[in-house]
Amino acid sequence: MKFGIVVFPGTWSDRDCHYALHHILGWEAEYIWHKETKLSGFDCLVLPGGFSYGDYLRPGAIARFSPVMSAVKQFTCGGGLVIGICNGFQILCEAGLLPGVLLPSSHLQYRCQWVNLRVENNNSPFTSRCQKGQILKIPISHYEGNYYADETTLQELEANNQVVFRYATASGRIISAANPNGSLHNIAGIINREGNVLGLMPHPERACESLLGSTDGNIIWESINERYQRGSR
Amino acid sequence: MSVTKEALDKVALSKEEYNLIIQRLGRDPTEVELGVFGSLWSEHCGYKHSKPLLKLLPSKGKHVIVKPGEENAGVVDIGDGLLVVMKMESHNHPSAVEPHQGAATGIGGIVRDIFTMGARPIALLNSLRFGPLSEVHNRYLCNGVIAGIAAYGNCLGIPNIGGELFFSDCYSFNPLVNVLCLGIAEEGELVKAKAGGGDSLLMLVGADTGRDGIYGASGLASRAFGDEQELRPTVQVGNPFLEKLLIEACLELARTDWIVGMQDLGAAGLTSAVIESAAKGGCGVEIDVLRVARREESMTPYEVMLSESQERMLVIVKKGCEAKVKSLFDHWGISSGIIGRVSDDGLAVIKEGERTVAEVPVSLLISPPFYRPRAKKPSWLTELQSFDVSTVPDLKPRQCSSVLLRLLASPNIASKEVVYRQYDHQVMDNSVVLPGSDAAVLRIKGTRKGLSLTIDGNDRYCYLDPFLGGVIGVAEAARNLVCSGAEPLAITDCLNFGDPQKKDVYYQLKESIKGIARACQELQVPVISGNVSLYNETRGEAIYPSPIIGMVGLLDNVGTHCTMAFRDEGDFVFLLGGLLSPGDDKDGLGGSEYLELIHNLIKGEPSVDLSLERRVQRCCLEAIRVGIIKSAHDCSDGGLAVAIAESCITGNIGFRGEIPSHTVELGVDNQRVPSLGFRLDVVLFGEHQSRIVVSLNHGSAIKLSNIARKWQVPLTFLGEIGGRHLVIDNYINLPLAKIKKAWCKGFSHNLTDS
Repeated sequence: MKFGIVVFPGTWSDRDCHYALHHILGWEAEYIWHKETKLSGFDCLVLPGGFSYGDYLRPGAIARFSPVMSAVKQFTCGGGLVIGICNGFQILCEAGLLPGVLLPSSHLQYRCQWVNLRVENNNSPFTSRCQKGQILKIPISHYEGNYYADETTLQELEANNQVVFRYATASGRIISAANPNGSLHNIAGIINREGNVLGLMPHPERACESLLGSTDGNIIWESINERYQRGSR
Repeated sequence: MSVTKEALDKVALSKEEYNLIIQRLGRDPTEVELGVFGSLWSEHCGYKHSKPLLKLLPSKGKHVIVKPGEENAGVVDIGDGLLVVMKMESHNHPSAVEPHQGAATGIGGIVRDIFTMGARPIALLNSLRFGPLSEVHNRYLCNGVIAGIAAYGNCLGIPNIGGELFFSDCYSFNPLVNVLCLGIAEEGELVKAKAGGGDSLLMLVGADTGRDGIYGASGLASRAFGDEQELRPTVQVGNPFLEKLLIEACLELARTDWIVGMQDLGAAGLTSAVIESAAKGGCGVEIDVLRVARREESMTPYEVMLSESQERMLVIVKKGCEAKVKSLFDHWGISSGIIGRVSDDGLAVIKEGERTVAEVPVSLLISPPFYRPRAKKPSWLTELQSFDVSTVPDLKPRQCSSVLLRLLASPNIASKEVVYRQYDHQVMDNSVVLPGSDAAVLRIKGTRKGLSLTIDGNDRYCYLDPFLGGVIGVAEAARNLVCSGAEPLAITDCLNFGDPQKKDVYYQLKESIKGIARACQELQVPVISGNVSLYNETRGEAIYPSPIIGMVGLLDNVGTHCTMAFRDEGDFVFLLGGLLSPGDDKDGLGGSEYLELIHNLIKGEPSVDLSLERRVQRCCLEAIRVGIIKSAHDCSDGGLAVAIAESCITGNIGFRGEIPSHTVELGVDNQRVPSLGFRLDVVLFGEHQSRIVVSLNHGSAIKLSNIARKWQVPLTFLGEIGGRHLVIDNYINLPLAKIKKAWCKGFSHNLTDS
């Protein structure tokens, strides 16, 4: 299993992802500089968190034009797995690889805190090792994470089971008090229609060790690995 | 004298200093030279009033690698081939003028100090002071500063893992914004901030130079000011994205052998970066301002030299390596250009093309006059200190619960979660104990070790007794680290005071420094770096003397860390250290939050017994290390009842206990409580120092008592963890939900405008 971690100039979760994937989980992981145009040998691409180009205009609005993004698109067309975390999710939306946009939080503040995610769809390559309805404790850290899409898109997302994670209470209730940023339908993470591209605001790479408070992030990484193992068998 | 008083005021030089310059130079300085002298002789760069006093601070220690003043930040060795680089700095005046950018660029500056040395910044902390939030202007400043720190720090991907906030009238219009950055470097990778190497080249890297921030060091930071509106253009605007690129590029550069040194451009911009590196390298420099990339047209040499445009670095490049260095910066999309060279004549020569606009020996520029004004204890202080507690009526038993709720909701005590949740405190995947406990804990990847960090100051104590306030600041910071299970290693300090030319302010400065030095000696923690911010006053009124202590500690095994949260039903709770002050002659109410909040009195004196303090800390640390302590919480603002309540709230579990009215249950030093007469306010809310509330499995009590006996530390049984109420005798009986609400909402209510 080999992960490619895409690095834009202002990315900062690249090292955290590398640490989790390589040092904790023991898989191969390699950085990909945003000027790369050819990607080969990777089984899954990670677009990590950060402020790709400072995000002064709109998160991801400039990153989508980075040379690496056409290679990422190509990779997804071939069915390759891509996971966009936080800024990575924003970039995937800006690049049109996922529907919708991420607006500034409804309270207009940056938030770094633990949240509970309810797994809505455990049939995706990113959640196959979860139970449906399982609660994952994973932290968020963002200003623009307020998921928005028009009504038709939302209905499609729901009908196609593309909503993978929702913000929930510890007991799994989907209520506005559990929603840290005002996202519609408490959406925390979605997949594309084909199911090979996941975008989520929370940071699974920050929840991979009990010393740091949770290992629930590993369930997502291990699901990806399971899919890979199955595919390569 | 050929210049006007206005011209001298602009560069913050006195007439006497101007005459000294003429005398040493043997001629009148040019306009550029005057500006350069003004900046480098400013309080901010030259430490004119504080340097003689700073020598009192102990800076030696077996782990200390770089001492104060030697480099941009202090360095300690933590073993495993790793070094910790640490520094704190103030951005008070810019934040008073423009809170968002003032605080943001404060983060930018302190972070540059760390990566300039080749260390990767891994933690930020801040200590903030504002006037009461009931005033709309203070809310504007407070919200602006917090947003500025969040905007800049979050973009850099450096966790902001701790801080403190305190409110008092004296900070209205003059907030304090002290920011601390800590970095980690591998042994042998430290970069010096010095020029040298014969024919090395000076390369300016990063942002283009504009007119922003001119007179920042001399004008803003080195004198008191009245009309902040007029000074707004002297505050710089930050670009954290560029800073993030600089971090990565400069750390990459630090691992090459292409450079002699690196220095960031902070206060006094190019002037201080170039001159200070030349001074450290014992050489001269020649620069051409026409080669400095600018963002504005027709800037004068004076403006180029004194601009404080942010996100710029000076790199001293070995001759022949300039192309390689440039291509490294190109990779990161950062502009760079050679602006001059190192010379061996000891002269600082500034040219505009062929024309020389300044030519001064470097040694003159870095030798400002030092001042040692007369320090005098003000008479008003003696009056404040002579406070008789018997003039304040004791609490009635039925009042205690509501007083506890009021204290928990006081902005000085209430949870600051609404603040720190705006800062990314988990990026880098090291944060083991998050903000909100006594000290934050980070693990160090690749080792079993951990670092514990805290930032502390008690300005009310310093106001009432600058010496003891200084002592207690250090003692409390060390106690915080010990509560997390760490051995205190080193201090960085930020000394915020008023106008040092006033006798009482100079007295406060001197006494506080002496107090810090005294505690450092007793607790064996050296000061490795620091910063002084003077002239913190508005309309003639000085702020409280506010020395802020940042401290780092080491955990050999990060797995043994401890927090303040109570854990399990049935655990025993003890107090380490005396229930009251040693000798019982102090009431613990002097300078307390209780006295100010409930009785509107800022009077009396704090007290501390440093020998007991040291023993309490040793005792606590040993007990944590042998693994019997399940929670430890420093007993500070608000006293014992508040400390117990905070452990309940963070642990989400209740407590039932009694006030021990006669003797200590276990341990030595049996002490009697009521020599003051039994006062409820003293016992519940008095702020006696050297006390830690710990909890443990009841089976471990004997072990704890043995350790306490070994260190001759009084040990008092307080009660048992459990239930959903906080109950202390017949005095306090409150549901957990209620104390939680007071503590969690007390501060956030004040922050919003509605």
